[in-house]
Amino acid sequence: MGYVRGLHCRECGRETAIAPVHVCEFCFGPLEVSYDYDAMRGNVTRASIEAGPRSIWRYADLLPVLPGSDLTQRVDLGAGYSPLVPAPRLGAALGLDDLWLKNDTLNPTFSFKDRVVSVALTAAKALGFTTAACASTGNLAHSVAAHAAHAGMDSYVFIPADLEQAKVLSTAVYGPNLVAVKGNYDDVNRLCAEVAGEYGWAFVNVNVRPYYAEGSKTIGFEIAEQLGWTLPDHVVAPMASGSMLVKIDKAFTELIKVGLVEESPVRVSGAQATGCSPIATALKDGSGFVRPVKPDTIAKSLAIGNPADGYYAIDAVRRTGGWMEDVSDPEIVDAIQLLARTEGIFAETAGGVTVATLQKLVAQGHVKRHERTVAVISGLGLKTLDVIADRVGPTYTINAGLQDFQSALDVQAEEHKENQS
Amino acid sequence: MSVTVRIPTPLRNLTGEQATVDVEGSTVAEIVKSLDAVHPGIGERVLAEDGQVRRFVNVFVDDEDIRFQQGLDTPVREGATVSIIPAVAGG
Repeated sequence: MGYVRGLHCRECGRETAIAPVHVCEFCFGPLEVSYDYDAMRGNVTRASIEAGPRSIWRYADLLPVLPGSDLTQRVDLGAGYSPLVPAPRLGAALGLDDLWLKNDTLNPTFSFKDRVVSVALTAAKALGFTTAACASTGNLAHSVAAHAAHAGMDSYVFIPADLEQAKVLSTAVYGPNLVAVKGNYDDVNRLCAEVAGEYGWAFVNVNVRPYYAEGSKTIGFEIAEQLGWTLPDHVVAPMASGSMLVKIDKAFTELIKVGLVEESPVRVSGAQATGCSPIATALKDGSGFVRPVKPDTIAKSLAIGNPADGYYAIDAVRRTGGWMEDVSDPEIVDAIQLLARTEGIFAETAGGVTVATLQKLVAQGHVKRHERTVAVISGLGLKTLDVIADRVGPTYTINAGLQDFQSALDVQAEEHKENQS
Repeated sequence: MSVTVRIPTPLRNLTGEQATVDVEGSTVAEIVKSLDAVHPGIGERVLAEDGQVRRFVNVFVDDEDIRFQQGLDTPVREGATVSIIPAVAGG
């Protein structure tokens, strides 16, 4: 155990020792974990992974397990190893012959954030922290509050005060210090960047971010393993900060480097809501310059107007030959319904963004019919029930008599006949 | 004009661990210049070789991102607070 070598700056390449730091002290670039891939080759095998737990921790060798940390003491509610399911009915609706869904609604707090938080808090404990904290649009709040409770750590969770009530309550139930900030997510994040400098807490998305972000690689590892240790042709992922997409791409690169899969090209494409699309806009207008925006979309879990990994997401998409698109709020809700009705998976707004964007990318020819395509469905629909509240409801409302039911069906049959003629 | 600059943790080794520094200047560009005069090295951390703010650095004047204003030319009033904050991930 233990292939972590240290941290390096993604901008200037300078190396630094493992510590709770997230930016390069020379150029302010983001820091990333370095591994000894040569040492992994031959030691980290398909068999060694398959013998591991049915969670993200089966890939522990490829995660930032810090020197001196005891993996039996990991902070683990069972995140990851979520189903990768074929989606023939959604595929038919979109015009794809080989579509798969990575169903990350199935996680301990019902979003992919459990992957990153499990890794972040495990690293935080190894670094000696006893308090966890985060800035969140909701999903991260749930996950940090839950994992901190599970680990017996204190937690401070900062959220925008206007978050959906369901997201506020399903964070508060775990008993964190919940701080509702009057402002949008970017205001909350800026506050947290300053708070992190003043208190000795593990801010998962600030000072322990290099470890936290690595957790998203497990989505890519699982996709490959679940496809029988092969790589898909195309992956479509939602983008808030852009980190998940970048780490999925990195996961495939690592699997090739370590010799766990045959090399084959995987295109990665990114999905945003039009009301908060700074990354997609920068790619589409050709400038590559990520200009911050003030978010205005129902997809609050993706509403980061100042995305930290935007440049790297653009790099990954350009390098692999993918693309990015953005979709309107009505398109997002349409896609949530389409996904639920065709495949039985109820996604929150971010999933709607991904499916609606995939639809657009197919129509534009960026995703091709024959490609083995995986769409990442990152969170559960119960988190954002309000967006479908005026779209769906009971088909019949009747009194409790058999005749009432039969006549309701007859009325429908009658209407059906009229519609046919 | 005197303004207060909030120094992020990664830069405090250049300010003798001071969390805030008071400097003179009426635009963000002038403030970065005065800051570098008092604490040499900060300028090159904040600005890239082309003189623009590095892409992973956010600068706020009274809590408003200067990219929503006039960038380095953003005016800074007497008594304002300027924050230098590295980009953070999230979600």
